[in-house]
Amino acid sequence: MTELLQDIGLSHGLAVFIAKAVGVMVVGAFGLLWTLLGIWIERKAAGRFQDRLGPNRVGPFGLIQSIADTVKILLKEDLMPQGADRWVFNLAPIVSVVSVMLIWAVVPFSGSWIGSDLNIGVLYLVAVGAFGTVAVLMAGWSSNNKYALLSAFRSVAQLVSYEVPMVLALLVPVLLSGSMSTQTIVEQQHIMYLLAVPLTVLIFLTSGQAETGRGPFDLLEAESEIVSGFHIEYSGMKFGMFYVAEFLHAFTIGVLTAILFMGGWRGPFAEDVPLLGFIYLMIKSMVAYMVLIWVRMTLPRLRIDQLLDFNWKFLVPLSLVNLLVVAFVWKILPDTDQINSFGDALVPTLVLLVVNIALIAGVGAILRERGRRERQRVEARLTAAESAAAGD
Amino acid sequence: MDITVESIVFLIFGVLTLGSALLVVTTRNLFHGALYLMASLFGVAGLFVLLAAPFLAGVQVVVYIGAIAILIIFAIMLTPQVTAMRSVRTAQWPVAVAVAVIFFALLVSVVTPLMDELGVDDFAADFTQENPPDVPADSLVRLGEQLVDPQQFMLPFEVASVLLMAALIGAVLLVWPEGTRSTPPGEAGDD
Amino acid sequence: MVPLWMYLMVAAGLFSIGLYGVLARRNAIAILMSIELMLNAVNINLVAFWRYQAPLALNGQAFAAFVFVVAAAEAAVGLALIITIYRRRQSVIAEDVDLLKW
Repeated sequence: MTELLQDIGLSHGLAVFIAKAVGVMVVGAFGLLWTLLGIWIERKAAGRFQDRLGPNRVGPFGLIQSIADTVKILLKEDLMPQGADRWVFNLAPIVSVVSVMLIWAVVPFSGSWIGSDLNIGVLYLVAVGAFGTVAVLMAGWSSNNKYALLSAFRSVAQLVSYEVPMVLALLVPVLLSGSMSTQTIVEQQHIMYLLAVPLTVLIFLTSGQAETGRGPFDLLEAESEIVSGFHIEYSGMKFGMFYVAEFLHAFTIGVLTAILFMGGWRGPFAEDVPLLGFIYLMIKSMVAYMVLIWVRMTLPRLRIDQLLDFNWKFLVPLSLVNLLVVAFVWKILPDTDQINSFGDALVPTLVLLVVNIALIAGVGAILRERGRRERQRVEARLTAAESAAAGD
Repeated sequence: MDITVESIVFLIFGVLTLGSALLVVTTRNLFHGALYLMASLFGVAGLFVLLAAPFLAGVQVVVYIGAIAILIIFAIMLTPQVTAMRSVRTAQWPVAVAVAVIFFALLVSVVTPLMDELGVDDFAADFTQENPPDVPADSLVRLGEQLVDPQQFMLPFEVASVLLMAALIGAVLLVWPEGTRSTPPGEAGDD
Repeated sequence: MVPLWMYLMVAAGLFSIGLYGVLARRNAIAILMSIELMLNAVNINLVAFWRYQAPLALNGQAFAAFVFVVAAAEAAVGLALIITIYRRRQSVIAEDVDLLKW
């Protein structure tokens, strides 16, 4: 592309600039168009999880339901609450979408298709994620609404806390591949990290679900308590942007899982045919994403104190222990800094898998013990109450 | 200096940094001030990228925008603006302007090439250089190694982690609700 | 590249703006924000000098990293202090907290 532009007489700098701009537009347009199809897939899947059909009226299998919804949203009146902070109110949905789209800049779609192969790729992911929190805060504050403000408070508590286990989980693939570049992490996965460090994947998915604010962690919106929270005052396309950002963020967590733990675009013949790599990546992302939808549709919402307890008393210590164990095992295994083929990766992967299974079993035992004690406590209290009632 | 892409980008980030910083210290609405602070710190991150320190730029965004600015907004929300009627500036603000301007003039007189032209060139450092040697490609790796190298920054690195821990505990203790020192706030009064 | 003194000018401007904010603002949170600006000015200087004077040694970057740590600790404790003072005196105005003044 750059050569082509230089051939028609543009200077090198300008040619690079135009090529990059076109790349940004292609990735951005793909992300947003994918949303139309993705929302349909999600609603269909959600319908099945809840024993109903999902959208099925507009078009074959309800396929163009999302387009109909878009048209409807575009036609809605654009409302602005009285006393709202005009600038911040309008900026919030834009920041929200941009924060998600920026992640796609470092997504390696195939061996050669990547927006920008930053050598600080993973750090960039964390940094960009910060803007999502800011967007929620901006929306919650500027709406001049009690529920929206409550949601902003919750968002600080939730999003900032769950960033800790998320970063600790992100460190594991960085540690295993010896690089923060997303492309190198994919290339280093001769055996996908999912098979070596399943516990890390679980931690990442859990904290990712919380970062996107989806059930069981959907306290930011909590329809039954704070009537959809920070975007309560938004209507029309501005609400649509929050909706798109939420969907895209959740799907991006799926994509990141695919890249960091499931080998990204790697697969049979993917190195020769870039398109095939792209298809593999999408399939893997969809698998990870379906797990997230499954969890979302199955579990009931947590209370805010349960949510924070779960994070600080369970997830953070667990991810710290996990990181230390992986680092220790990786250090004592020989030749882990030069893994260049499937054969090299086999032994370390097996060792890590065994260690991980032991770790999961240990955590499971602790949890079972805690659960048993909690049950006994409740039962004891119930019997006490019963005997007191009988004594009266 | 001729106009290149780099100089334009420098101009954008420089203006973003300084313009937002001015708004931070002058705006009446503290919430807006915090947002401008984010913009200003983002501009600084952009300058770090231009200075071939992308790692620091990433950390800048994570630490300042992702943590400190959000913490500040949280504090702003927790302390209602009952003082909105009073002036945002102290009575001594003209002195503050004078001090800031004089200080700025002093700094500028030291760093700009202007002094050289006036003949006062007894500074050892040369601030007009434009083409420093390239940064080695493995600088990120070496930075990481230096931070945990006992010969280099290991001791400060560990002290920094202790400092963070102390700050964490100190902050929690300070905002602990009074009279409930022994029990966590959620459990006090339960059962 | 952009000459070194231009970065130093930006840093000097940022530091002076922060200085004005610390001296002239009443609200303690605004003062804290101004201090953050000053810390950032220092960081620009550290990184700029590293880039132009000694790009082969990484001490400038390492120092900047430590400034981040100090800034984070300072913000956490500072805001906690402000909130505690607000609880006791219902005020976040720095002038109202003048027990040490004589």
